[in-house]
Amino acid sequence: MHIVVCIKQVPDSAQIRVHPVTNTIMRQGVPTIINPYDLFSLEEALRLRDQLGGKVTVITMGPKMAIEALKKCISYGADDAILLTDKVFAGSDTLATSFALASAIAKIGETNPVDMVFCGKQTIDGDTAQVGPGIARRLHMQQLTYVAQVEKVDLDKGEIVVHRRSEGGVQVLATRLPCLVTMLEGSNEMRYGSMDDLFRAARYEVAEWDHKAAGITVTAQCGLKGSPTVVKKVFAPPAKAVKAEVIKTEGKTPREVADALLTSVFAKHPKLEMEIGQ
Amino acid sequence: MKKELPERFRDYKHVWVLIEMERGQVHPVSWELLGEGRKLADKLGVELAGALLAGPGEATQKAVDEAFSYGADLVYLMEDPLLADYRNQPYAAAMTDLVNTYKPEILLMGATNLGRDLAGTVATTLATGLTADCTELAIDHEGSLAATRPTFGGTLLCTIHTLNFRPQMATIRPRVMAMPEAQEGRSGRVIRHALVMEESSIITKILDFIADANMEKAQLAYADIVVAGGMGLGRPENFKLVTDLAAVLGAEYGCSRPVVQKGWMPAERQIGQTGKTIRPRLYIAAGISGAIQHRVGVEGSDIILAINTDPNATIFEFAHMGIVGDALQILPALTEAFRRRLAVNRLAG
Ligand SMILES: Cc1cc2nc3c(=O)[nH]c(=O)nc-3n(C[C@H](O)[C@H](O)[C@H](O)COP(=O)(O)OP(=O)(O)OC[C@H]3O[C@@H](n4cnc5c(N)ncnc54)[C@H](O)[C@@H]3O)c2cc1C
Ligand SMILES: Cc1cc2nc3c(=O)[nH]c(=O)nc-3n(C[C@H](O)[C@H](O)[C@H](O)COP(=O)(O)OP(=O)(O)OC[C@H]3O[C@@H](n4cnc5c(N)ncnc54)[C@H](O)[C@@H]3O)c2cc1C
Repeated sequence: MHIVVCIKQVPDSAQIRVHPVTNTIMRQGVPTIINPYDLFSLEEALRLRDQLGGKVTVITMGPKMAIEALKKCISYGADDAILLTDKVFAGSDTLATSFALASAIAKIGETNPVDMVFCGKQTIDGDTAQVGPGIARRLHMQQLTYVAQVEKVDLDKGEIVVHRRSEGGVQVLATRLPCLVTMLEGSNEMRYGSMDDLFRAARYEVAEWDHKAAGITVTAQCGLKGSPTVVKKVFAPPAKAVKAEVIKTEGKTPREVADALLTSVFAKHPKLEMEIGQ
Repeated sequence: MKKELPERFRDYKHVWVLIEMERGQVHPVSWELLGEGRKLADKLGVELAGALLAGPGEATQKAVDEAFSYGADLVYLMEDPLLADYRNQPYAAAMTDLVNTYKPEILLMGATNLGRDLAGTVATTLATGLTADCTELAIDHEGSLAATRPTFGGTLLCTIHTLNFRPQMATIRPRVMAMPEAQEGRSGRVIRHALVMEESSIITKILDFIADANMEKAQLAYADIVVAGGMGLGRPENFKLVTDLAAVLGAEYGCSRPVVQKGWMPAERQIGQTGKTIRPRLYIAAGISGAIQHRVGVEGSDIILAINTDPNATIFEFAHMGIVGDALQILPALTEAFRRRLAVNRLAG
């Protein structure tokens, strides 16, 4: 069983600022982590490998510093890690990102066929949830998104059964391998890496691939050039002009405060009083 | 980047909204998007169409009629038993075929599990741009879709265009756009389009569907009144004060993210950027500081009432009304006050 897990390194805090002139995001000085949603997928992949044998390869597309995130995955127990890094990938939207990642996964599969690809449900920075479906489409794999539970994987039959969260319930789906899965948050808990894996991670040399290594000969679909979306403007949410009407509490009992509040609410929204309790 | 639309896209026209129907139920975000799509179509001087992929049946006919009442000029209908339940492969094939045949300039879908699963595949197949999880849509001076979305957990907004590819695709959060008024008796054209596919060629099979015992997930987003508690309530037992008030008001209840992370409330009760967006008439937030990620989920509320011990809490910057005080005292007093008031109103008739 060969599983590829896509992970993304993301800024740890939401305290990101924008460069006032270039409108680009200033990541300097902000600590980075593995996208939290990716850990549920990595853990699920590790469990399947432990159960069925085989190996887990982790891949990310990003700058050199993303090596840290990949080494962290090795310390959790992943077998191999590849960093896809190249100037031509800069400025990728999700279409270009899924092109680069799908190309690399296809390349990985040439030497060691891939049975499953895992992606996070979404990231906490770009937050689009589009890269997984993009990769699946390009690799002609079935996609199983928002998976709450992998019920079983039958390697001999080349079949997988999962529980997928949909509106108002859970779909139990069976599909053919190879396929792409994104796990729902909370579906499992990331393990603590073993001592051995920690040591291995410290010494591990992450393979670095440029576009050629990923089997990409024509770069028209990469980076800014290959991205149909254009970010025109980045800005902070506007502050609200009116301040809250604050109900005075000094010298009043909670009961008086509550009554005053009710009067105020119903004065602002007269229809509400009629509707409540109907 | 400049707008230089290639020749092959020049005849792409009209605004489309996916009418999301799953197991006979239309997701209300579809109507919200028809309301918003109507404005875009009018601005562009084009038609508004609903795209409905569904199994055959009465519910499908009803959905078509409703689409007209919510503003659609026409409905592209693909009615086939293979589309009764959502599966990526037949839905993506159907949607892609519709787009390639009838060529819309804008295609909107709800940022639901279904919408996001489908949109990513369709945009990749069509090799066009897709803006995710938008909270605002507009048409710019060149006639392009300007789609605005929060990123980095809501700390930033960005406006994204797909200048030189068609259709311009976007997914939009449920409850962000206002629900339009239904206009009874309004009708339009139905254009039927056949799905060319056999069950035997669909690789993913549905073995079972386990319906949620209680539909609480949907109810929170669409509730008229929501009461929520945050870390300011201190301990899990105190959330009873929130549920008590909600019960008296016939309201839904929710919480901030750390409350879920502590395991004090289930994840489907989380309100905010990574939880539910709500749009109630009244939102009561007790012991919630008002972080940006929480704010983006509640901004559409008619009235936001905040209870917080800290007069400088961020929530007072966007609440309409506030009490600087201890939620542990104010909440039960509020519950009592509403109970008394409602009893009086009921007597008065
Ligand atoms: C402010 C802002 C807004 C943006 N909005 C859009 C938009 O609306 N539409 C659009 O097309 N692009 C958008 N982008 C670009 C987009 O964020 C990038 O293409 C990004 O590299 C991937 O998208 P994501 O972070 O949303 O990933 P998601 O699609 O949310 O990620 C899902 C999963 O895919 C995998 N994955 C994602 N990126 C990588 C990677 N680099 N390496 C390995 N695995 C990965 C991970 O498993 C991840 O959990 C935006 C970028 C910014 C800065
Ligand atoms: C990527 C990302 C996504 C996120 N998504 C979400 C999301 O979807 N939803 C969300 O809510 N958060 C989200 N967050 C977390 C968010 O940043 C805040 O940390 C969170 O909203 C704070 O929760 P809180 O207000 O309950 O707690 P705190 O910030 O700890 O605030 C507690 C408040 O209670 C007040 N208080 C204390 N005692 C009392 C009392 N007795 N009576 C009344 N008031 C009292 C305090 O003054 C304080 O203002 C996200 C964060 C990130 C980074």
